[in-house]
Amino acid sequence: MIYLDHAATTPVDPRVRDAMLRWLDDADGFGNPASDHALGRRARAAVEAARAQVAALLGAQADEIVWTSGATESNNLAIKGALEFRAAPGAHVISSRIEHKSVVDTLRHLEAAGLRVSWLGPDAGGRITAEQVLSALRPETAIVSLMWVNNETGVINPVVELAPRLRERGVLFHVDAVQAAGKLPIDLAAVPIDLLSVSAHKCYGPKGIGALFVRKRPRARLAPQLHGGGHEQGMRSGTLATHQIAGMGAAFALAAQRLEDDARHGVALRERLWERLRVLPRIHRNGDAAHAAPHLLNVSFEGIEGESLRALLPGLALSSGSACSSATREPSYVLRALGRDDELAGASLRFSPGRATTPAQIDAAAAQVVEVVQALRALSPRWDA
Amino acid sequence: MAVYLDHNATTPLDPRVLDAMLPYLTGPYGNASSLHRFGRAARDAVERAREQVARLVGCPSGAVTWTSGGTEANNLALKGVAAVGGPGRVLYGATEHPAVLEAAEALRGQGRAVESVRVDAQGCVDWTAFETQLAAGPVLLVALMHANNETGVIQDIPRAATMVQAAGAWLHVDAVQSAGKIAVDFAALGADLMSLSGHKLYGPKGIGALVHRSAVDLAPLHHGGPQERGLRGGTENVAAIVGFGAAADLAREELDARAAHTRALRDRLEAALGALPGVRIFGAGVERLPNTLQFALAGFEGEALLMQLDRKGYGVSSGSACASGKGEPSHVLLGMGIAREVAAGAIRVSLGQGNREADIDGFVAALRSLAMVTTPA
Repeated sequence: MIYLDHAATTPVDPRVRDAMLRWLDDADGFGNPASDHALGRRARAAVEAARAQVAALLGAQADEIVWTSGATESNNLAIKGALEFRAAPGAHVISSRIEHKSVVDTLRHLEAAGLRVSWLGPDAGGRITAEQVLSALRPETAIVSLMWVNNETGVINPVVELAPRLRERGVLFHVDAVQAAGKLPIDLAAVPIDLLSVSAHKCYGPKGIGALFVRKRPRARLAPQLHGGGHEQGMRSGTLATHQIAGMGAAFALAAQRLEDDARHGVALRERLWERLRVLPRIHRNGDAAHAAPHLLNVSFEGIEGESLRALLPGLALSSGSACSSATREPSYVLRALGRDDELAGASLRFSPGRATTPAQIDAAAAQVVEVVQALRALSPRWDA
Repeated sequence: MAVYLDHNATTPLDPRVLDAMLPYLTGPYGNASSLHRFGRAARDAVERAREQVARLVGCPSGAVTWTSGGTEANNLALKGVAAVGGPGRVLYGATEHPAVLEAAEALRGQGRAVESVRVDAQGCVDWTAFETQLAAGPVLLVALMHANNETGVIQDIPRAATMVQAAGAWLHVDAVQSAGKIAVDFAALGADLMSLSGHKLYGPKGIGALVHRSAVDLAPLHHGGPQERGLRGGTENVAAIVGFGAAADLAREELDARAAHTRALRDRLEAALGALPGVRIFGAGVERLPNTLQFALAGFEGEALLMQLDRKGYGVSSGSACASGKGEPSHVLLGMGIAREVAAGAIRVSLGQGNREADIDGFVAALRSLAMVTTPA
């Protein structure tokens, strides 16, 4: 099995695993970080060290990092928390149709309760432009929520360019950076984003842990969404899972060290794969290659049926889009937003190589895909090559 | 090595639980929502664990929804029911955990009528007052904890359930502290919703569950993704879920032995404390968790005593870990009508499987020496 689904989740790095085990199996490692005794303090020190590691990858201050159970919670907390804190009736939010489900579903839910949302559509290259966002602004716009890197196409949105322009206008800017952290340089000291969501398990860290960056200066204010105990400066209650947090810290520290190497490796594999796939006629690379994150390649294949394509590739672990949508087996809403029709959106594959992926695996994967696509097309009455 | 007497704050991970988790920390690393083989392996493990947790509390596995812990489970119960449950008051016990109490107060902030349910001096529901309160108008939801995290006092949940059901309301039971310590049977308790946590029963931190009957309509807290039948979006924390399942299995198999072990130690401690002057044990007259004992030493300040005990190598708590460092007397004890100056001196000892008689004897000796050399505040 060749694993090409790192955008869904990554294996835990052995060094991350070691950092976690310290807090799982040591006799003095299990304390509740909120406890006022020696074991509690020890756990608390680990939590704070990890907070500094996560902050360092993002160019943030440690006290700007709030732990969550993952990016879904981070996105929910950012959007609901900021809107609830402002409590402005008739508030307006700008977002896009290519956001992750956790942003889309959160906003749809709030929309049903009266929130007004401008849903921006991407250009043919899969990007939301800064001008689009700026021209959608209204006096009552409270938040812009835009993902840094799209999880299906890998396209990079112009959040760096957009951030200072939203700051000038006093509009809160939330960025879902789940697919950007560890893939692209992020410097929140220089880029005035107010709220930024990240996740550990997309970065060789554990599942079940994420963080929300909440800017201190100027301070982004949030109403908590989980009450009880007042952990995390009152923004997110609940016992902190020391081992998960230590794992996220180690994973982000590693990502910071490896940022350039990982990117170079990813781009090389991505382009190698595309070179080998494009021997096939009538295939489409989804998303503008000039603005692509290193770790993602999304391709649509004309003249075949997506279900059959995936069924005939049992040796490849990859996805037709977001893992979060795959259980529903609907064609990707992201690809449809790019202008692909249902059939073509359905006949798409998302390849996401990772640190351990080799050129030989890429070649083998490409050969399998080419062979299966050619075989399916040969059988298809609709294919008239 | 310090003597750990704070198992209600958190427990060490059982090595057998860690063994169960390890393959999922490193091995089949699929996202449980992915359709490929790695994803299916993760999915199977998640569903097996769901059955294990369901067996511990006697509910169908389909009634178990994973959360990030007890706090999220309690928030999901209260806010989830209130969001779609129509009109009616929300009632919660005066000694509830902050996760219930503050979630309920957040509902008040949204315009919902919220009331607290009085308890008597032992921490048990004041049944007469409760009856009147239920009859005073429509009630949507009542939240009562099974066992209190500070005093260990066990609430008569079946009795409450009969009354709550007659009032046409839902009953939510926070069973975070009771599960794994005493028998917890979802159906026999008469609960409609129930919260659980992994790290209080020798499982990992960062995982919990909300159990709820299918008749109860619930809105999600975290939107996004179809996980947990749309009730709780987010990639499943597979290793922690597997760990919670393994811990639940062990808790079920070893329940009686565990309770007997801590009960013997607790009784030993209680007897020894009774020999010290000025000791008051909270909830002493009623049924309590076998591992928990909360007391105050007349004239002493709990936080100060706690620090001195910590220096001597004994890890205890003044109450809930979640409220520590705030310098406020326990709302649990205040709710029981205990005077502020007495409540301010509270120390909670919560025992676990690793404790031995020597730990108890050493703790009592340390306490006695502190009581003799320290001038009462």
